[in-house]
Amino acid sequence: MTLRNALCAATALTLVSAAAAQAQTITIATVNNGDMIRMQGYTDVFTEQTGIEVEWVTLEENVLRQRVTTDITTEGGQFDIMTIGMYETPIWGANDWLVPLDGLSAEYDVNDILPAMRNGLSHDGTLYAAPFYGESSMVMYRTDLMEQAGLDMPDAPTWQFIREAAAAMDDPDNDINGICLRGKAGWGEGGAFITVTANSFGARWFDEDWNAQFDQPAWKEALEFYVGLMNDYGPEGYATNGFNENLSLFQQGKCGMWIDATVAASFVTNPNDSTVADSVGFALAPNSEGVEKRSNWLWAWALAIPAGTQQEDAAKQFIEWATSKAYIELVAENEGWANVPPGARTSLYETPEYQAVPFAQKTLDSINAADPTNPTVDPVPYVGIQFVAIPEFAGIATEVSQEFSAVYAGQQSIDEALEKAQALTTDAMEAAGY
Amino acid sequence: MARAVTTRRKVITTAAAWAIGLLIFFPIYWTILTSFKTEAQAINDPPLFFFFDWTLENYAVVQERSDYMRFLWNSVIIAGGSTVLGILIAIPAAWSMAFVPSRRTKDILLWMLSTKMLPAVGVLYPISLIFVEFNLLDTRGGLIAVLMLINLPIIVWMLYTYFKEIPVDILEAARMDGAGLREEILYVLTPMAIPGIASTILLNFILAWNEAFWTLNLTAAQAAPLTAFIASYSSPEGLFFAKLSAASTMAIAPILILGWFSQKQLVRGLTFGAVK
Repeated sequence: MTLRNALCAATALTLVSAAAAQAQTITIATVNNGDMIRMQGYTDVFTEQTGIEVEWVTLEENVLRQRVTTDITTEGGQFDIMTIGMYETPIWGANDWLVPLDGLSAEYDVNDILPAMRNGLSHDGTLYAAPFYGESSMVMYRTDLMEQAGLDMPDAPTWQFIREAAAAMDDPDNDINGICLRGKAGWGEGGAFITVTANSFGARWFDEDWNAQFDQPAWKEALEFYVGLMNDYGPEGYATNGFNENLSLFQQGKCGMWIDATVAASFVTNPNDSTVADSVGFALAPNSEGVEKRSNWLWAWALAIPAGTQQEDAAKQFIEWATSKAYIELVAENEGWANVPPGARTSLYETPEYQAVPFAQKTLDSINAADPTNPTVDPVPYVGIQFVAIPEFAGIATEVSQEFSAVYAGQQSIDEALEKAQALTTDAMEAAGY
Repeated sequence: MARAVTTRRKVITTAAAWAIGLLIFFPIYWTILTSFKTEAQAINDPPLFFFFDWTLENYAVVQERSDYMRFLWNSVIIAGGSTVLGILIAIPAAWSMAFVPSRRTKDILLWMLSTKMLPAVGVLYPISLIFVEFNLLDTRGGLIAVLMLINLPIIVWMLYTYFKEIPVDILEAARMDGAGLREEILYVLTPMAIPGIASTILLNFILAWNEAFWTLNLTAAQAAPLTAFIASYSSPEGLFFAKLSAASTMAIAPILILGWFSQKQLVRGLTFGAVK
């Protein structure tokens, strides 16, 4: 009887252990963007293939940054995969906070990742995060209004043309603004937009010795142009408009043009949400006449593994699956090519079905035209186009963008804002030891 | 002699009260309304107030995507646990401060309150490190402890204010009848202070239910309450206002219902001792 009991217990224990070994679970922190949500819907496919269960923790973007930063620095070990961007990846990679993504399978074909994305997500040549989707920025415009105005949008317009077109399309009586652009404070919102605009006017954040450059004429020229354009042809209260507010305006047919993330192209051309879906055209982000740099940025939402995870292999398996060619095909098969995660892989843009998507080529051109290692006309000591890849940047740029938003809201002059931006950036950089 | 209140004055006061009430309620009303719209209707300009095709689609999507019951259960446990624990500690503390004050009682009360003046993010790292050290990350027990500590000063202050209203003579009479400390607190003080204790419990339950800094920063997949559920529907790139509103409505519904049924006790407790 005792032997029988012991055998039963041993069998039960073996079964429980086997079940525990099979039910490996990884936890992924992510944001609530459309492509991420879609990926969550396909998690079952991954679990079926590998037996690995996935727990999702979806957070608001700023909370996610705070949360994963705390988790990494305190070695909390709450997440096995984190969704991070192009700003954090090289900084965290340099700090050894992320597991290098080497040893990926041949089938994964790491060389297929768009070079711009791969460079932006690497540190010292080592890839630290795999792009789930990537984006640049471009002009989205109403082809019907452009035609009415008797204008032709060039493939690569200048800011001067954009102003001319905004003037022609602006129609306050019919509630149509010539142009909608971000003005909302925040380094990733209006801060990102004004930085790339400044790049295209020949400005830069820092010179080669890390001296702030807001006292240089190019910054003033860029701000004067932006504020003039928006005051004359932009929507009311543009100082508080970010991506979502402008998306909403454009989808309701209230903007002649909108310059923003290439990922918005799939939203504005989706007839379920957009009232202008069938009359949207695309062009490269503008530059100022005579300035070689355009105002397009480069960004990727990427999957990375925090150092200290106990489940590195399972995490790597998930990343390989979610950023693979096969995943793109899976989405295309079920939801159409317009809904696949864009901007990550070269092969996607070689697929004939995807080439037929109206915004595909301009998205690729915009991404290829962005060079994070050489973002400005004059040389700079930093990497990053709409950001400067140093840990201090997020704090500094948030404050600077608040000063600029105060200008857009009519609360202070451009000169005052630039003076304050120069002073606060200089102080912060000195305090940081630059 | 009672002061005569004119009809005109009554009308003005009533209208003002209604106006303030509606103003305060409007964001909740708008959230609930938006939750029944499509994403396109949610951002429609001019805003749609009532006449649109109502849909339950957002609730269906939210139900499908998130395990609402798990978030709800975590909220109930965390808010309930921290409130009960706080009350158990605060009743004796408030009793001693109210009935046997020392020279330092006032200073202690002020010092306790001073902990509320520190921005939470200022102690994010120390608390996170303690949580890592004691394996408390993403556990309901850890959150119960933190929320209890955060709300304890308020609980003690509220109970202290209520206890001060109770005549010491009654407690002395109980003592003369042979009541010990335990009997005095349990059978004499507590029943008399029930309205105050009830409103303290309610208010702290609401505060703990809505707490959205620690609950977001110290949880991941297991212990996340409804605040994390709402946060998961906020999107930097995409218009999901209708779904966000549906998630918000589902998150505030239990506490709204609780508040509705207990508003009498809540108002009575909050105004306890305010008018003499």
